[in-house]
Amino acid sequence: MERTLIGKPLVAGSAEGRAVVSTQPLSFWGGLSPRTGEVIDRRHERSGAIVTGKIFVFPRGKGSSTSSAVLMEGIRAGTAPAAIITARVDSILALGAIVADELYHKTVPVVVLSQEDFDSISEGDYLVIEPDGRIKVRPAEGKWA
Amino acid sequence: MAEVYGAPELMDVTQAHIDGCALMCDSGLEFAETLVARGARVSVPTTLNMIPLDLQNWRRQRISSEFANKANRIASAYTEMGCVPTWTCAPYQGYLTPRFGQQIAWGESNAIVYANSVLGARTNRYGDYMDICAAITGRVPKSGLHLKRNRKGQILLRLADIAPQLLRDDTLYVALGHFMGGLVQEKVPVIEGLPVDATGDQLKALGAAAASSGAVALFHALGVTPEANTLKEAFQGNTPESVIDVGLSDLRRAWSELSTADEGVKLDAIVLGCPHFSYAEFQQLAQAIEAEGGRSLHPGLRIIVLTSQTSYALLQRGNFMNTLLDFGIEIVLDTCVLHSPIISSDAEVMMTNSGKCAYYAPGELGVQVAFGSMRDCVRSAIEGAVCWGRTVWKGP
Repeated sequence: MERTLIGKPLVAGSAEGRAVVSTQPLSFWGGLSPRTGEVIDRRHERSGAIVTGKIFVFPRGKGSSTSSAVLMEGIRAGTAPAAIITARVDSILALGAIVADELYHKTVPVVVLSQEDFDSISEGDYLVIEPDGRIKVRPAEGKWA
Repeated sequence: MAEVYGAPELMDVTQAHIDGCALMCDSGLEFAETLVARGARVSVPTTLNMIPLDLQNWRRQRISSEFANKANRIASAYTEMGCVPTWTCAPYQGYLTPRFGQQIAWGESNAIVYANSVLGARTNRYGDYMDICAAITGRVPKSGLHLKRNRKGQILLRLADIAPQLLRDDTLYVALGHFMGGLVQEKVPVIEGLPVDATGDQLKALGAAAASSGAVALFHALGVTPEANTLKEAFQGNTPESVIDVGLSDLRRAWSELSTADEGVKLDAIVLGCPHFSYAEFQQLAQAIEAEGGRSLHPGLRIIVLTSQTSYALLQRGNFMNTLLDFGIEIVLDTCVLHSPIISSDAEVMMTNSGKCAYYAPGELGVQVAFGSMRDCVRSAIEGAVCWGRTVWKGP
């Protein structure tokens, strides 16, 4: 069963893919490798997950102001997630996506959801993000079977 | 970006600090060189964060010339745009320190929290590449911590039953910062119970840890920081959203979370100076070495201190530099071990007195990390292995 969530697009764009979900904030610098797309914060619950090409769903950024640079480098190198969904406005991540768009005409959409809608996304859900911030959610196979 | 911040208009800033020069990556270099090629110049006094290279000692550190050339190009691009080559992550302890109430655009998480909290200057958490754009235009979105109303405290943290002696211990500030960041995330905490004579270096360590485990950009400490002479002032007359008593057990948990390595494990490197060492910290280190009565550094172990040219210039004029050099301290300028490949990739275990370094080293360097006081670090340097000795932090 497909449903639609209405988010606020901080950086507008289209993307689709499987959700990688975390309930913990993450600093992209020191937390995500722009070389491999791996979550490298060894204290993070998703340490070791590869987010390349996935829709990365986590509540908010934290930590380093170099996180914008890590996201842009990931976009350049092709290791970045396909899109980012958060529950809070994260200006540093939005910045990385905006500067990548300016420099490379390539970006990843960044969408903010209400806490309730954010909580409704599960690991492995297939998400389709529209430029206006609408997100179609197809539950992971078998979930509602 | 003003839309992202939800700001209806822009406002002036009169100073900037650039973190965009820190990361070694092709896109960062391309971004900076694109700005230079288009004739960009900063319009306000602008300092620079560390770069991925010790400009003076990189050959000795066996850095490849390919890496060095690229780092030099990043450095030149920013100086070309008129930035001051301070190359430090502790710009508040060097040149062009902002004043109370000054509107600034700063990058570097630890510098942001220090400028807002300890100096009372006003900046948001500016990410890489927006910092230089703000420096060029002299404008930022009018939002967030630039506005007084958003600087009010939200959460009250009361230090409960902490022995006065422990409140002077440098390690307490790191444990408290680490605990506080994880707890409050991006909110503004007010700490009640820190001694009024807490040093700038202790507050630096607290802020750096809180800006790593969380997204803290501003904290107040009652009677210590300039916007918190009274609780009423710190909360701007409002009631705290929540009041939390912080006890020794909370801080012990934070202290132990900072380490991933166990006592007795063989060390490959010790790193001090995250954020960059001040003159006073060098002096403290010399005293810690002298207290060991001439015992020497364990063979094969490196003990690295990261600092700025500014602090190094003072160190050269002081009378304890030989104590440090004779012990085998390696002084690294302008950069950071998390950004410049100074520590061998074979290294498995390192120790530090920094909450920030302890937080990021396992991910960035693929090492196990032990966190301890400066004295713990010096003793471990002699033993060649992680050594905490008897410490209140290990619990009863």
